[in-house]
Amino acid sequence: MANSSTAHGDNYLNHSHGLKSWLFTLDHKRIGLMYLFVILAMFLMGGVFALLVRWELFAPGMQFFSSPNTYNQAFTYHGAIMVFMVVIPLIPAAIGNFVLPMQIGAKDVAFPRWNLVSYYVYLFGLIVAASTLFINKVDTGWTFYAPYSIRTGTSATLVLLGAFIMGFSSILTGLNFIVSIHKLRAPGLTWDRLPLFLWALYATSIVQVLATPVLAITLLLLILERTIGIGIFDPKLGGDPVLFQHFFWFYSHPAVYIMVLPAMGVISDIIPTFSRKPIFGYKAIAAATFGIALVAFVVWGHHMFVSGQSEFANFVFSFLTMLVAVPTGVKVFSWLATMYKGSLRMDTPMLYAFGFLFVFTIGGLTGVFLAVVSVDVHLTATYFVVAHFHYVMVGGTLLAFLAGLHYWFPKFCGKMYNEGTSKVAAWLIMVGFNVTFFPQFILGVLGMPRRYADYLPQFEQLNRISTIGSWFLGVGFVIVAWNLAKALKYGEKSGPNPWGALTLEWQTPSPPPHENFLKEPVVTEGPYEYRGEKALMGSNA
Amino acid sequence: MAHGTGAVSHLERHHAHHFKNGHEEFEACKQGMWIFLVTEVLFFSGMFVAYAVLRVFYPDMMHDVHHHKILDWRMGALNTVVLITSSWTMARAVSSSQRGEHKNTVGFLWATLLLAGVFLVVKYFEYSHKIHEHILPGAQYAYEGLTTAKVPIFMSVYFVMTGIHGLHVVIGMGIIYYLIRRANRNEFGPKYFTPVEITGLYWHFVDLVWIYLFPLLYLVG
Repeated sequence: MANSSTAHGDNYLNHSHGLKSWLFTLDHKRIGLMYLFVILAMFLMGGVFALLVRWELFAPGMQFFSSPNTYNQAFTYHGAIMVFMVVIPLIPAAIGNFVLPMQIGAKDVAFPRWNLVSYYVYLFGLIVAASTLFINKVDTGWTFYAPYSIRTGTSATLVLLGAFIMGFSSILTGLNFIVSIHKLRAPGLTWDRLPLFLWALYATSIVQVLATPVLAITLLLLILERTIGIGIFDPKLGGDPVLFQHFFWFYSHPAVYIMVLPAMGVISDIIPTFSRKPIFGYKAIAAATFGIALVAFVVWGHHMFVSGQSEFANFVFSFLTMLVAVPTGVKVFSWLATMYKGSLRMDTPMLYAFGFLFVFTIGGLTGVFLAVVSVDVHLTATYFVVAHFHYVMVGGTLLAFLAGLHYWFPKFCGKMYNEGTSKVAAWLIMVGFNVTFFPQFILGVLGMPRRYADYLPQFEQLNRISTIGSWFLGVGFVIVAWNLAKALKYGEKSGPNPWGALTLEWQTPSPPPHENFLKEPVVTEGPYEYRGEKALMGSNA
Repeated sequence: MAHGTGAVSHLERHHAHHFKNGHEEFEACKQGMWIFLVTEVLFFSGMFVAYAVLRVFYPDMMHDVHHHKILDWRMGALNTVVLITSSWTMARAVSSSQRGEHKNTVGFLWATLLLAGVFLVVKYFEYSHKIHEHILPGAQYAYEGLTTAKVPIFMSVYFVMTGIHGLHVVIGMGIIYYLIRRANRNEFGPKYFTPVEITGLYWHFVDLVWIYLFPLLYLVG
């Protein structure tokens, strides 16, 4: 193509043409973008459910939904869509798929066919689960707690099956990433030169590979419970519903780290680049990543402090949960130390990274509150918990995703978005987010329970503020979408390396050629060796 | 695209384009299979935990199941011998393919496939006997001979564990048949035997799961 932004003309977007060349592609970059497209569509869907839930809570009594039961369905879909279809695959499957092979200097992931299979498996699971919207809906909450999930007359079986199928996709992506990082690194890219985004994806992949099969068997047993009544979880048949909670959280707690570790990886790449300084504590951050992944597997019991677990177990899980704060703190302080005396450039990715630091720290610290059994007994199943995990998942993962999206966007398409507009959107999202969720901390402490369509009159003021915040949040996302869509068509050429970053994906044209690099890269130093230089624009070291 | 794996003899075969050489591809595939087997261990681990919970909470029920000979240990033992033998034939198929002994590769793959079939036939007789006697999982259980509480849940664990294991055997048979077809086209030899090797890993895993299932379900009372 004559108007291509690369010197040699051929890139992964114009390498082949037509719908088929996308649907059957084995190119990790195209698969990553296809993931991104579907995930963002699901994000829109989950977001609409969220806005409806907030609308319902604008005032006491029923506002939007015809009955409390339809409200239950709405928050179930919001939760299930956001957790299983959006936040888990968001950074690894979409951004990771695009960036990982390039950061290791490879032509593709280790198993390109399985990569495509994982995409279609995800799509298939998604269709199976989402089809229930047109059948009998589902109202169990995203946690599918037995025995209600066994008894409910809704199409819970299909949603469980969909989540089961999507698990295979998650496992395949994790497996592919682990092998790629082990076997396909460019010459000179030793383990201690690996960008921290890759360390994060590597640890995430290990958690995905180890935890997801346990969810698979849990969901399978629950499906069998619903269809033939195997009695393992059903108290009516002599089974143990708390066993379901153990099984479920053995996956779903590590899943929180599947969501947040890649987010931390994005932040670790962005902060040194926009501070023009080597990262502080490279090894400490890499080790902390694995520390978090390890502890992730032994804290699931903190979801069951009020489920009749023994007091000794409560004590152990409480202690282990507080331990998570140590490696997390190591990371936060390393990022701050990286910025100290750096030449900071507040471009959009860095703005989101600041937002991440601010809200994620609140999310993390409230997690320590909830780890204290005596506090948790009071706060369990209140809006405090809702606020806490939204500060982690939205404030942590989603803001880091937006940081990464704006950081790698020029690499995806070779175009630059409007910086002014994207900053306005970033501020709207930051302010909207805090206005939405901060009041929920207070509501929780005051005793407002989660998952009810109605509430007592004294909670009205704070709920109203929260709902108004959700509108700002929604408008912020619409502006991001509009700004990036506009940039795809009208954006100025970004050049290969608009941020002057040192990792390998920036040392090749944007958009990258079909096989990523014009010649195989050789690595001679670490990924963040910025030597106090002033911020660069459009240069390519 | 150099991805093609069609009818290419092992002497002409090229590795996929994103690998530096055939050795790197072999190492990657092998590591991939090992990681997949780790996920399999964790998949089965859920059921082993359910089994352990039953044992710890209801030792008397487990004793009754054993005492009433609900499961026939001779059938289980027969299948154990069958599967261990199939692991041996599989290992021989792998080493034959590495040495390029074309006929032996095909022969041992067929032997493995046949033994897997024998395993399923034995399993079929066991299952049909239980279905006939209504010794079924959970709510479906209607066996007059043993009415101890929680036995239906033990049968659930038995059917789910052996059922999912059986499914792995069936999938393994499909893959082995696919290998036979490729071996017939003379695709494997000293330079390229990756599919046979990693299928071997999978098959040994399926065998190993049974080696745990047999004593836990059939022998321990």
